[in-house]
Amino acid sequence: MSNLTEIRWHGRGGQGAKTAALLLADVAFQTGKYVQGFPEYGPERMGAPITAYNRISDKQIRVHSNIYDPQYVVVVDESLLETVDVTKGLKKDGAILINTQRTKEEIIPHLKGYEGEVYIIDAHKVSMATMGKYFPNTPLLAAIVKVAGIMDEETFLKEMESSFKHKFASKPEVIDGNMAALKMAMQEVQ
Amino acid sequence: MGKRERLSGNEAVAIALRQINPDVFPAFPITPSTEIPQYFASFVANGQVDTEFITVESEHSSMSATIGASAAGARALTATSSCGLAYMWEELYIAASNRLPLALALVNRALSGPININCDHSDSMGARDAGWIQIYAENNQEAYDNMVQAFRISEHKDVRLPIMICQDGFITSHAVENIELLADNEVKDFVGEYEPENYLLNPKQPMAVGPYAITDYYMEAKRNQAEGMKNAVAVVKDVAKEFAKISGREYGLFEEYFMEDAERAVVIIGSAAGTTKDAIDALRAKGEKVGLIKIRLYRPFPADELAKALKNVKAVAIMDRAEGYSNHGGPLGADVMSALYRARSQALAVNYIYGLGGRDVRVEDMESVFDALKQIVEDGDAGETYRYLGIRE
Repeated sequence: MSNLTEIRWHGRGGQGAKTAALLLADVAFQTGKYVQGFPEYGPERMGAPITAYNRISDKQIRVHSNIYDPQYVVVVDESLLETVDVTKGLKKDGAILINTQRTKEEIIPHLKGYEGEVYIIDAHKVSMATMGKYFPNTPLLAAIVKVAGIMDEETFLKEMESSFKHKFASKPEVIDGNMAALKMAMQEVQ
Repeated sequence: MGKRERLSGNEAVAIALRQINPDVFPAFPITPSTEIPQYFASFVANGQVDTEFITVESEHSSMSATIGASAAGARALTATSSCGLAYMWEELYIAASNRLPLALALVNRALSGPININCDHSDSMGARDAGWIQIYAENNQEAYDNMVQAFRISEHKDVRLPIMICQDGFITSHAVENIELLADNEVKDFVGEYEPENYLLNPKQPMAVGPYAITDYYMEAKRNQAEGMKNAVAVVKDVAKEFAKISGREYGLFEEYFMEDAERAVVIIGSAAGTTKDAIDALRAKGEKVGLIKIRLYRPFPADELAKALKNVKAVAIMDRAEGYSNHGGPLGADVMSALYRARSQALAVNYIYGLGGRDVRVEDMESVFDALKQIVEDGDAGETYRYLGIRE
């Protein structure tokens, strides 16, 4: 099962963590992988902590449990660092990606001694610069694809463009902004 | 041929319904089944189906309208979950006793209370004696495939009973996974046109539907219903055989996984079967003879076939995702144990209640069940036969 990649998303209701997980499943599927993208539902309300998951594998995925020992964790909202144990079970040889305006040095003390790689991205900056509104999930999707090496940048952008054309068929004016957000996020993640 | 896709279980069932293009779909929303009528409504709006889509004010009404449409001679269905199914209760019996071959896409969810939106099987298990055929799925692919086969089973002249196509709420209904879809024309040809023999809108053959039956007739009516249910077993197998020809995917009454030489087995329904298969692979790699039976057809219950499949096991754990409050286990436990008793089986059997209200089931949990069975075999005694998995005491 060494080819299995497991990702856990932590966000708040309304920020699009579930959508990002479903989009990641979508784009990984396009590269011929077996995928799972699913949310963990509690009481749904705006702002409540929510979790979503991805499995990506070369083999058919049969397991239907949540993910407890992920290789990667994505934190959509950094305020969750104080309330949710986001690094719980996270593999040491994995990585955590955090959406923040702070520096890595400022963030690391909040990670309960996590020893693996830490990546940050200012999804707010990327989102405002490219889409004029705050949609953190689009930049984070691009950033995790890069961090986890799920596919090469060119393939990812090509697949996302066709995915956006389908998803935003009724509002094509938002496609360019979303594509720009993906490209900028791939540069901005550090 | 098949088209590779990635879809949630709800999307998959909605697409099967688009391909079936039923005559009537009355709908009332309830989590987690809401997406099925929601997707279907867009197919109606886009003109991709010519179904009469009726938005009603309750589940009691959605099932009533489905019954009315079916009695009139239409191919009809609805979708629901949990309390929605509970609100249909009396109508479920009306549909079955009137021998109406309608369908229900059920997305399994716990019944209240405490209020909970997540998966267990308490809704459909409570309806197990209503006279409906019940078929369950492990994943989105099976939910889709079962939906495609539904009307062929329910409308068969030897059966003529309503059918419930079940899948696990959120776990499969809201998880996007790989799936292979059939072409629209393949489904259309497979399902075929519905030609009801007796129906209300046939002026040449006036009939009554849902009449009063005095003591002189009621029991014979019920006996006839049971006969239809008995016949359903062979029909489910035949339809699966034909389905395999167009899809390459084979289905039976239940699936056997490493049962040829299994000494310890788990009997389970739904999505946790996939998780159990991963546990079995891990244990098999260590040389342990463990296997799985995943129930597909729960009503009618394939008791004799199941006992035969379990005849060589030393110990079996029957997994119930619903309480029965019998003080000795759940509904599947009772069915399997009675099947084993009828077959004079010597297997040591225990019954677990697990996964209530969406309690997560991990590979490790299922490994612990096989470990418990190992102890039972060593002891030569089942010990406590009514157990809970993953509970905080």
